[in-house]
Amino acid sequence: MTITTVNQPSLAPPATSVGVVGWMRQNLFSTPLNGGLTLLAAALIYLLVVPFFQWAIWNADWIGSDQSACTSDGACWVFILARMELFIYGFFPTTEYWRVDLVFALLAVLIVPQFFERFPHKGWIGLFTLTGFPVAVYFLLVGGSFGLEPVESGKWGGLMLTLVLAFVGIVAALPIGILLALGRRSDMPVIRTICVCFIELWRGVPLISVLFMASVMLPLFLPEGVNFDKLLRALIGIVLFQSAYMAEVIRGGLQAIPKGQYEAARALGLGYWKSMSLIILPQALKLVIPGIVNTFIALFKDTTLVLIIGLLDILASVQSAIVDPAWGNVSTEGYLFAAFSFWIFCFSMSRYSQALEKKLETGYSR
Amino acid sequence: MTEAIEQVSTADDGLMIEMVDVHKWYGDFHVLRKIDLEVKKGERIVICGPSGSGKSTMIRCINRLEEHQRGRISIGGVELTGDLKNIERIRREVGMVFQHFNLFPHLTVLENLALAPIWVRKTPRAEAEEIAMSYLERVKIPEQAGKYPGQLSGGQQQRVAIARSLCMNPQIMLFDEPTSALDPEMIKEVLDVMVELAHDGMTMLCVTHEMGFAKTVANRVIFMDEGQIIEENEPEEFFTRPQHDRTKLFLSQILEH
Repeated sequence: MTITTVNQPSLAPPATSVGVVGWMRQNLFSTPLNGGLTLLAAALIYLLVVPFFQWAIWNADWIGSDQSACTSDGACWVFILARMELFIYGFFPTTEYWRVDLVFALLAVLIVPQFFERFPHKGWIGLFTLTGFPVAVYFLLVGGSFGLEPVESGKWGGLMLTLVLAFVGIVAALPIGILLALGRRSDMPVIRTICVCFIELWRGVPLISVLFMASVMLPLFLPEGVNFDKLLRALIGIVLFQSAYMAEVIRGGLQAIPKGQYEAARALGLGYWKSMSLIILPQALKLVIPGIVNTFIALFKDTTLVLIIGLLDILASVQSAIVDPAWGNVSTEGYLFAAFSFWIFCFSMSRYSQALEKKLETGYSR
Repeated sequence: MTEAIEQVSTADDGLMIEMVDVHKWYGDFHVLRKIDLEVKKGERIVICGPSGSGKSTMIRCINRLEEHQRGRISIGGVELTGDLKNIERIRREVGMVFQHFNLFPHLTVLENLALAPIWVRKTPRAEAEEIAMSYLERVKIPEQAGKYPGQLSGGQQQRVAIARSLCMNPQIMLFDEPTSALDPEMIKEVLDVMVELAHDGMTMLCVTHEMGFAKTVANRVIFMDEGQIIEENEPEEFFTRPQHDRTKLFLSQILEH
């Protein structure tokens, strides 16, 4: 038996295991093979990334108004800047741009509070963003009332159209999806059957065919003289399609809630809707935030499909601009710009969902 | 609040719970066979028996977490039927504590307690929180009010669960193996709260294997096996002179160590 009587002093770790050198040793050069791979990767990065940045930034042309400004061998961002109005507003009348700007500004003002931990009346602002705001946007963009000149949806386009489609899709698909998911788990056979049929029908067809049907077939079945807007038809198609996906994501969350939670809620005398809205859904939705945001992101990118029914979203308006013979070959710049625009929005949604998950974590696990 | 209490109160004969010829099946399996049980106001009943004997199912029939298929169950003179309004009215007056606590993990302890009074009893929030705090003090954990259930120990969680039921000011409390999921050193703190509740005159039905609790607190001990009430007696008699062979066997098995 040994009994230690002298405390061992606390020594500093060896220099080779801490700091930059230590980190590199552990992560980059732990074995000869890893060392080789590290060098290979470094070479690849040098060969690919450096030329890209030279093209995109150092050698790029930024200032000017037409193709004559693009003299260097770098990217011709002049083209993007010169056609920016088309990419943002589509064919919205120039004199009415302020209406779109106002919508963007409103959206920004309403969303900013959601990124703060504590903001006065944050919940009400959120609720307004989802309810009052879309109504305001409708009157602002469609016009025809309050002395605003009507702008038909055929003139909508670019980023503005993309955002309208995505926002309406997200705001409407989530509640419909929740109702469908609850309906699918209902005890009432009629409601359950209706929800199952709806979900399976919409999930079983591609979005493209939904959009085609909405724009081509639907008018054939409508009575003479009844004709509603192409954009509206596309929107309804997107919302119903995405709500079916959303329903399945949410159903996954509902199934993960232990039976005891339902029982505890019922035992306290809470009725169905109160147990669902106060106890079950807050937990279920939190569990499936990654799935919900995944669906949102897919929805956001799927909005580009409206180009096949003749609506020019941001990608379609870029496409229509790059074939302009006045600009030479600017397709790389155009597509990069479109991709980057999508990435900004999708990445923000992704980051927001991660922050939300972290905030809602209450440390309960069983 | 007063309206509900008036509607569900003791019947004229002082009966809180009346079960007459109650049967229940899970598919073909006959879980409850002819249960007859009367519980008076202020009675404290301990129900024991081997696992699968239908103890939990029986008390879960009392607030209709399980549906009985034959017979009659009345709570405070109101019969339990398929009528949802009736069921919700009875559930307001019947508190239940579960084996696995079933606290709401997304709400703080205080919110867990105040939720049902606010949304079911329509108590103003401030008042509901005040009541909640008073019950937290009664179960001796007022300092945990702002924490989430996941941050508490099992014993603390179960005490919160008891307080949550009490906040609804129930006439009857049902306990479904409240200490079975707890570590041994936490059982006492929960039993202490239950003993105190018994002293205050609460009508209690408790499924438990805590025989010490049964001896000190119960008016009656019920032994169930295979879906039937085999024996029913005062604790003293029940433990010293069990009548039925199955009761003797069960008692010898749990009291051996």
